[in-house]
Amino acid sequence: MFIVTYRKYFFAIAILGVLFALFSITTKGFNVGMDFVGGSIIEVSYDTRPDIEVIKTALTGAGFENARVQMAGESDVIVKTTALTEVQRQELTKALAVENFAMEEKRFSSIGPTIGKELRTKAWIAITLVIIGIVLFLAFAFRKVSEPIASWKYGAITTVTLLFDILIPVGAFTFLGKEIDALFIVALLAIMGLSVHDTIVVFDRIRENLKLKVSNDFPTVVGKSLGQTFTRSINTSVTIMLVLGVIFFFGPASTKDFSLLLWIGIFVGTYSSIFLASPLLVTLEKRQNKA
Amino acid sequence: MWKTRLGALLILLIGSGIGYFLYASEPSLHKDKVVPYEEKAQNIPFKLGLDLSGGVELVYQADLSSVKPEDIKNAMDSLRDVIERRVNAFGVSEAIVQVEQKGGITSPVEYRLIVELPGVTDVKKAVEMIGQTPKLEFMIERSGKDVEAYNKAIEKLKADQEAGRPLVIPAEYITGPYVATELNGRFLDRAVLEFDQTTREPVVSLVFNKQGADVFAQMTKDNVGKTIAIYLDRDLGNPEPISAPVVREAILGGKAQITGQFTPQEAKTLVGRLNSGALPVDKLELLSTQTISAPLGAKSLSEGVWAGVWGILIVAAFLILWYRLPGIIAVVALAIYIVLMLSLFKLFGITLTAAGIAGFILSVGMAVDANILIFERTKEELRKGHGVHEAIREGFARAWTSIRDSNISSIITAIILFWFGTSLIKGFALTFGLGVIVSMFSAITVSRLLLYALPFKGHGSFVRALFGSGFFKIH
Repeated sequence: MFIVTYRKYFFAIAILGVLFALFSITTKGFNVGMDFVGGSIIEVSYDTRPDIEVIKTALTGAGFENARVQMAGESDVIVKTTALTEVQRQELTKALAVENFAMEEKRFSSIGPTIGKELRTKAWIAITLVIIGIVLFLAFAFRKVSEPIASWKYGAITTVTLLFDILIPVGAFTFLGKEIDALFIVALLAIMGLSVHDTIVVFDRIRENLKLKVSNDFPTVVGKSLGQTFTRSINTSVTIMLVLGVIFFFGPASTKDFSLLLWIGIFVGTYSSIFLASPLLVTLEKRQNKA
Repeated sequence: MWKTRLGALLILLIGSGIGYFLYASEPSLHKDKVVPYEEKAQNIPFKLGLDLSGGVELVYQADLSSVKPEDIKNAMDSLRDVIERRVNAFGVSEAIVQVEQKGGITSPVEYRLIVELPGVTDVKKAVEMIGQTPKLEFMIERSGKDVEAYNKAIEKLKADQEAGRPLVIPAEYITGPYVATELNGRFLDRAVLEFDQTTREPVVSLVFNKQGADVFAQMTKDNVGKTIAIYLDRDLGNPEPISAPVVREAILGGKAQITGQFTPQEAKTLVGRLNSGALPVDKLELLSTQTISAPLGAKSLSEGVWAGVWGILIVAAFLILWYRLPGIIAVVALAIYIVLMLSLFKLFGITLTAAGIAGFILSVGMAVDANILIFERTKEELRKGHGVHEAIREGFARAWTSIRDSNISSIITAIILFWFGTSLIKGFALTFGLGVIVSMFSAITVSRLLLYALPFKGHGSFVRALFGSGFFKIH
């Protein structure tokens, strides 16, 4: 199987991807959204939208100097500020109704810093728990497979590919300057679930082929298993990516970034389960033999 | 063979039945036509999250610093009850008020009150109403001339109503047959649930503070044989008294008992309400607000639904074009999966959010995975020279371990997501997790039974073409 033979090239592509992600994260940094630090966002829709400078002046006049004003759609304006109390919110809406431009409040959301901090902690715990849960489960599922590679190594490799699968989408999102919100974390967790799903299918085939003693040469077994599961991996991922594309293009605005991140994640996850996870098994086996 | 076909037929019938239930339950699907059983089906609507229905979500932190630890649970329960009564009076159907307990391991335990008001976007009014201290009032019956005047006024109102004239209720009669007294929640020390020692019936004991005892003594002395009505949040739209006991005798010691045909639960609720008049929750601090206007919610909903429809059509087209006959079977299984999921959303009252719909559409894509696994495997077995049935059996058996193991990892993720989530994210976790489980069922039972029921045998070229895959290849 060419994937096993030329695995070094596929590793190199992956390393390039990792470097890109790290580069974009270190240079651009995270754009952490209000879900995690607290803050307010208001979206209003004007009949005829006033000039952005007019709005900014009005906001400064009302004491919201640090508000960030953004145009959205044809007639909408989005304003982001620090967390607001109910009284402040009313002042803000009043200020936005500049010179009696008719407007309507479409959505408002204010999150106190306490809740933001809480979600931040929870996000880290959730990511850690998912990784631990999956590794433990894999070690359990593959407990009877110990030749030629110990079962915990399947788990270890999955963890490495998992980290890869979330690092690349995170890098892509920081590169695009997208905001990190609660749904972002949800998408990451879902990517982890789906990517492992994919990896397990290949590993399961390896497990079966080892049992059937398809070949005494481990790389051949891995290559055969990859060949047998290849169509399935691609077909499943293509279906899911088609569906995500539909959500991205036709779905509600609130899930656009979410579906984009998942799309990247599935793409990367499929790459890692075909071109990284199983070839890494071969590399590990080779090392083991040398030692 | 006949058994399998009967089973397959049964599954198709059940699937159509569930599909019909969904069709009948959504009036927008059959506009003006009246369809059988629609009323029954429409009793179970989809539950939409605030981001789709529009509305307000408020999260409060309760300051409980002066509450004894053992009383906290009761205090929060009564707080919830009071706020619930208020938002119901606000005219919101399906308002949700819940208490959430936070922290405990590394940080001190905190108590949150989450209020969801679908359809309401007037944050100002909602916040004002919820933030008010509960108000407990004791009222007595009208007396002497006042009764006559009151009855006259009522008769006049009735006459007005019959004649269709506008109803104007005079300010002095707004409290109904009762009049205000100076006794209110501040004079009540506490209310306690007790059980009568002889009858074992639950009774509610009231203990007034020193000042309250005097006022109450005078009040009961003047009103023996009459009713004392106790109101909670009357001004906020709760016109019925929470209790209206009759005074048997003058009560001098500041300790009274309300007896009656209570169930223990009713008595407990009453105790909570009485105590909330002097609610020991010092302050409610608003932590977060979320408002979505109804038009924006409706737009998200219709976009989500259309994305779902397109997503399903694309998946179905792909399955049929690529997998041919088994592809058609998979589409039927997928249709059953979809109607099953949608009716589970209805039956369990799972709140649908934009993220939840995305999770559901994603699960449709994933539900296909099990089918793809099985078909690829079946095809391999056919190539080895097995007959159709043999190949299908082998295909299922061998694909099963992959399906099981890979889905378990998705379920682990869904559970952790559910724990992580705010209400919007929980929607995603639920639809995603449920989708994984139900799709496993639909792939291994529905697809299998339908495939077995097909009238093909052997592994000739025609059969292999039917069970083959790809856009251009024949086998």
